[in-house]
Order: sequence, then structure tokens, then C-alpha cells
Amino acid sequence: MNNKLISLRADRSLFPKEEPDGKLEIDLESGKYIKVWHGPNHPGVTGNMSLEVTICGDEVVESKTHVGYLHRGFEKLFERRKWIQCFPTSIRMCVPEPDSNEYNFAASVEELGNIEVPEYAQWLRMLTLEMARLAILLRVVPAHGGTMGLGLGVQWGVYLRDLLLDRFEELTGGRVYHMYIIPGGVRGKLPEGFKSRLTENLKLIDEFTVRIKKLMFDNAVFKKRAIGLGVIKPEWVYQYGIVGSNARGAGFNLDVRKDYPYLFYDQIDFEPPVGHDSDVYTRAWLRLQDIKSTTDVLRQIMDKMPDDGEIRAKTLNVLHWKIPKGETYIRSESSRGEYGFYVVSDGGEEPRRIHLRGASYTHGIPLLEKMLVGVNISDISAMMVSLQICPPEIER
Amino acid sequence: MVKIMQEIIERISKVFSVEEVVQQNNHQWFITVPKKQALESVTYLRDREGFVHFVLLSCADWIESGKFQLTYLLNHPVKKIDLGIRVFIDRENAEMESAHYLWEQIATYQRELYEMFGINFPNSPRLTDPLLLEGWDNIPPMRRDFDTLKYVEETYFPTPGRKSNDPGTYMKEKLYPNE
Repeated sequence: MNNKLISLRADRSLFPKEEPDGKLEIDLESGKYIKVWHGPNHPGVTGNMSLEVTICGDEVVESKTHVGYLHRGFEKLFERRKWIQCFPTSIRMCVPEPDSNEYNFAASVEELGNIEVPEYAQWLRMLTLEMARLAILLRVVPAHGGTMGLGLGVQWGVYLRDLLLDRFEELTGGRVYHMYIIPGGVRGKLPEGFKSRLTENLKLIDEFTVRIKKLMFDNAVFKKRAIGLGVIKPEWVYQYGIVGSNARGAGFNLDVRKDYPYLFYDQIDFEPPVGHDSDVYTRAWLRLQDIKSTTDVLRQIMDKMPDDGEIRAKTLNVLHWKIPKGETYIRSESSRGEYGFYVVSDGGEEPRRIHLRGASYTHGIPLLEKMLVGVNISDISAMMVSLQICPPEIER
Repeated sequence: MVKIMQEIIERISKVFSVEEVVQQNNHQWFITVPKKQALESVTYLRDREGFVHFVLLSCADWIESGKFQLTYLLNHPVKKIDLGIRVFIDRENAEMESAHYLWEQIATYQRELYEMFGINFPNSPRLTDPLLLEGWDNIPPMRRDFDTLKYVEETYFPTPGRKSNDPGTYMKEKLYPNE
């Protein structure tokens, strides 16, 4: 049998040549290549985006990211809204994890407007931010296996995430969009018995992480396909602005909670998991470790937070807010890494400019386009999940 | 941290014409430099001072003064400090030198700024490839003189009989009618 036919590392001489400027010579008329649209309606894309993929056989030779299917013009809308009216708009910039948006927007307004947030409210903010991180990680970790045919883990993940959404619902009234971390504080106190119910959920999640480990990380198919796939070279980390687990997988210990402690993260004892192999398997493994770390952080927060206190700073009527002139960049650690809001105020009732810096912006366009070259077409979905791309934060 | 940053700003001020320095908080500063020295100062900060993490490239439209404010936000991952380099360029025929050779990710930011603000970055790769707006035939939509309401009324025929309220006025009438 001709090994070339079944090898994923096919003879490179069969593939297109490079021009002197490094660009591939792709002649679609030659019949060697096919253009395929991967998305926007495809079970293997991580949201409303598509990839214009050129393939030669099974191998991707060129990929272009296309976004715009979900563009709602948030950053434009901000400029025509009063500060408080921007709040419910800002949270929709990443659907699965809106809480980082809530925090970043609130913290920007507070920093520019010199608003002091009460201590109890800050602990409640930490609690919800970590719950949100955990909820998305529970969806993402099994999804790594899901892209390779391991559907059971995905169902477990949805179930566990649902338990946390129940906690969000009783705390905030909302399951997906919580609108809890408002500028000046939070919207409410913990309901009675909340901590014990959350503790029960965390216990169950810890049990399931053992099962997920056995299901995915000891699985021959997953190991065979994920190990060595999608390697991020360390020198790319700063070139492409790689953050979060994608950078930690390459050996860079980057975590906003550690590097720029906000709220009371400096009082919490935790170490972000760091890997070195930098492939899909490593990043999935780090995210599994992150689930364990986050459940531990949540327990510490519940132990250390005060039982009661003020939840909102006294501010002027929100309809009359004028935020002093200035600009700031507020960052927090989302499940995808550094997540920031660059906010410019001209001293008026509306923001001059709010720019969201989401991790997916660089992961989803320049990095993904680079990394997909040479990848087997069946691994595209795995790569997208592994880079944890959230299209809404690209096309704000 | 403040002392470290002051020393960096002192050093950069000796090399470039720093017009304004603003300390936002203990780890974040913004400086304004002339357009001609913008990329030189960004390169200097990356190569000589260690600001290797490029956080973002953003634009704010100061239509009143006819200027765009470009902000190159850099981060020093070891010293944990941020420095924003602000550059003001003319709104008319807006053009800025391309920085795509400094960080691979910058070409994408420049593509977006070209599409949304109409700022030209000569020689930036794939600059004119639409990022979001395929077939857009109006002024760049993030410019402040682009009227979203007018565009919607012209583009999408208004539904007969539909009444809409300005949210701010409506909320005030409902919640604080006497203020």
C-alpha cells in the first residue's frame, strides 16, 4: 500500500509552492484545490463565523476568517447612549460569558467617575465572575472531545453548567444575561442557603471532573488526534497577542488575576495551571485543571467573604451621570484570558469611545488563519474549540 | 511601580517629543507623541524598554477638533505596567503609517480601522478586505458624523404606525418625572 495515501504528513512536494514573499501559489483552476466554507451554519464552528478554507486533498492550504454574521454595532451604540444605558448593551458582547463585560464596564465607569465600591459587593463580584468562568469551562472542556466524536462529555458539561445557571437564576433572576455587576456595586445579596447549594454543586462538579478525565483524556482516539495538533510556538505568544490558556499552554504564566490583582484576588491562594506542550491536548488538560482551580477559588471566596454588608455605593441619579474626562483600560481574566475595555470619556453624559479587547480578536483572525494551514480538514473544529473563539467579541 | 514608570517616561522624553503625560492609575499611563514619531516610539518601547505585549490599537473620533485619536496600548509583562501611546491625526484624508511589521496582530486592527473609520494604512496587508461590512457604500460607520438613525430610516422602510421613544426621555418620564 502506498503510505502517502493514508499519512497525515503527506509529501510536501504535492502541495502548492510558495512565492518569494511567502504567499502560497494557489491556482484554483488547476483542479488540485477546492474552496470550502466552514460555517457560519455548521455544528463545528464556535459561533456565528465562517472560515473560507482552501483544501488540497484533506489538508488545509489557506484559511480566511469571516465574521460579521452577528454584528450588532455595540461600540457605535455606546456613543449614542447614556452611561447607564450602555450597561445592558455591553454584557451582550460575549453571550456565553457576559459577566466579564459587566465587570469591565462597571469598573471602567467607577475608575473614571471615582466611585468607591463597598467591600461586600466586591466579594459578590468575585463570586459571580468565578461562577461564570466555571460555567463556560464546563461547556468548553468536554467540547474538545465533542469535536472528535465524544458527545457524552458535552452532555455532562451542559448538565453541570445548568446547575450553575440555576444558582445564577436565584441570585440575579437571569440564566444567561445576569446584569448583576452594575456600576457602583451589585444588584442584590445572596439568597438564604445559596452558599450551601453552591457548595453541593461544586462537589458534584469535582466528581464529574474525574469522569471527564477518564472519558476524554484517557481516550485513545482523543489522545491520538489531539496530541501534537495545533501547536502554538512560544515566540507567537506576543506576536499574536495570545492570552489565557492558549498562552499558558505554551509555558507563559499569564493570568490577569495574578498579574494585576483586582477585587480581592490577592487574598485568594491559587496557581493558574501552566503547560508546555502547547497542543490541543495540553490546552484541554489545562482547562480541566482550571475547573478544579476555580472550584477551589469559589470555596475560598465563600469562606472569606463577609456575611453581610453594603452592596451599592451611593451615587447620583444614574440618568444624570457625567463621567469626568479621561481614559482607562480595565482588564479582567475571562475563561479565554485577558478581557479588557478601553474607555474614553469626554466628560459628557455619553461615552466618547468604548473598545472591547477580547481574546478571540487575535485568536480568531490572525492566529487561526496561520494555525489552520497544514491541518487536516476534520481537525478544524477541534482547533477552533481549542483556541476558544467567541465570535461576538470579534465583531462588537 | 510609579517610580519605574517615571524613569521610563523620562528616558523616552529624551528621545522623542512627548507632548502630554497622564497617569491613569498606579500601573497605567498615557503619553501623547507627534504623528511622525509614533511608530518610532512604539518600536523603541518594544525593543528597548520591554513593552512586548501589544494590547490593542483603538481610535476615538474627536470630530469637534477634526482629529482622530489613535491609541497604541502596550503592556510590559514583567514589570506589569501599561503605556498608551496617543497620536492625533487629521480626520480629513486620515492616514497613518502601518505598524503591521511590529506585531503580526496589528494588520487586523488596521483593517478594522480602515473599514470603520476610513483611516488609511499604506502597505498594510489585506487592508481593503472587508472585515464585517461586505458591500458597504456609505461613509465609514464608526465616524461620529455617520447618523445611524438616518441610515436605518433610509435603508429599512419604517413600519407604518410604529411609535418609538427615546429611552432616556422615556425612563425619566416614568421614573423621575419631577427631576
